[in-house]
Amino acid sequence: MLKSRIIPCLDVNEGRVVKGVKFQNLRDAGDPVELSFHYQDQGADELVLLDVTATRQERIAMLETIERVRQRLSIPLTVGGGIGSIEDAGRLLNAGADKVSINSAAVRNPDLIAAMSARFGAQCTVVAIDAKKQGEIFQVLTRSGTTAEAIDAVAWAARAESLGAGEILLTSFDRDGTRSGYDLPMLSAVTDACSLPVIASGGADSVAHMVEAFQHGAHAVLAASIFHDANMTVGEVKQQLTAAGIQVRNEW
Amino acid sequence: MIQIINTGVANIRSLQAAFDRLDCTWNLTVSPEEIATASHVVLPGVGAFAAAAEAIDQLGLRKAIIDRINHRESATLCICLGMQLLCESSEESQSAKGLGIIPMAITRFGDGVKIPQLGWNEVRPLDNGPYDAGEAYFANSYRLETAPDGWGAAETDYGGTFISSIWRGRTLACQFHPELSGTWGESVLTQWIEGITC
Repeated sequence: MLKSRIIPCLDVNEGRVVKGVKFQNLRDAGDPVELSFHYQDQGADELVLLDVTATRQERIAMLETIERVRQRLSIPLTVGGGIGSIEDAGRLLNAGADKVSINSAAVRNPDLIAAMSARFGAQCTVVAIDAKKQGEIFQVLTRSGTTAEAIDAVAWAARAESLGAGEILLTSFDRDGTRSGYDLPMLSAVTDACSLPVIASGGADSVAHMVEAFQHGAHAVLAASIFHDANMTVGEVKQQLTAAGIQVRNEW
Repeated sequence: MIQIINTGVANIRSLQAAFDRLDCTWNLTVSPEEIATASHVVLPGVGAFAAAAEAIDQLGLRKAIIDRINHRESATLCICLGMQLLCESSEESQSAKGLGIIPMAITRFGDGVKIPQLGWNEVRPLDNGPYDAGEAYFANSYRLETAPDGWGAAETDYGGTFISSIWRGRTLACQFHPELSGTWGESVLTQWIEGITC
């Protein structure tokens, strides 16, 4: 049986992890290579590196970061943030990413999903959807949540699937950073409408939140602060998930 | 020296990094001579069956790969799509011609499971094999349904069982990605490199 996955997420800016990482036993808590290895060692099933830089110069630094992380990492690596073209995706894969996550560019140009899937395969084409509740629908947001699109996230996920996406990374803008749990109605709506694996993101603060997400159809959960703040290790989370009846990978 | 067949359609950075971590030297090759004579050869593969089959033919590598695997005494590792290419055909691209070493067809996972299968799943050897049971990372929409005659096999559950790995002589084929399967995956690679004959 396929295991439910736990995926720590690192935001990277100019080759450094940003967004309050508070590890005690690391020489350098801001180094993406060291942190990635640390999470792998704790039992992470996969890692996401999110490029939060804005300039071209910094994006070149991101390629070097990916190369360094890849050399150490023996689990899958997804890279997202600012990918605008199939050439961008190819550069990240060549640097060592196993999957590439596209967001705003896919909304602007849905054919990018089909092009990436045809060139690199569905298994490495991740469509990231940021959305928030707006009346009766979940509205898609782009440009790091700053631009509201006239698109329903549920319909968009189904369209991404038909265009050749292999996985959906679904982030709730309402819940992100609130520590109040994943947006379960949105998660259910998307997993019902689309037959792709869905990674739930935004709002996790406890193992109970993760259990809820898996019970609402998530195949994987993304979490940042719960791990960065060293509240719990990935291994501790997995022990508690196992006790709650969720099947996870328990040997690493 | 491990020769990695570079069909140009597979993302092989993770594989190169895994061999680096195991202190094994590797080289990318498109040479039939190197494929024929190397101690270790890897046929990697992600992406589409037809694109990979076409690349093998355009590079003129079909005969060298088939001869090597049928010879059985040279270590050959086929990963993911590389395993599927051992068969005659795939439901993914009806007209494309696989290597045909195994007279079987690759089929798509059935209804009732998410496709692609993305994530970690258990691999259980059915026969004495080159590795112990463990958990491996998969990224596939198509699979081999039953074990081919004359090969050892491991199975995995995903909407029913499928064949997640096969071996014969010193050829090992894995539907999963050993290079992305943590320390267990590294042990699979080590066993193959060190030449456990099955």
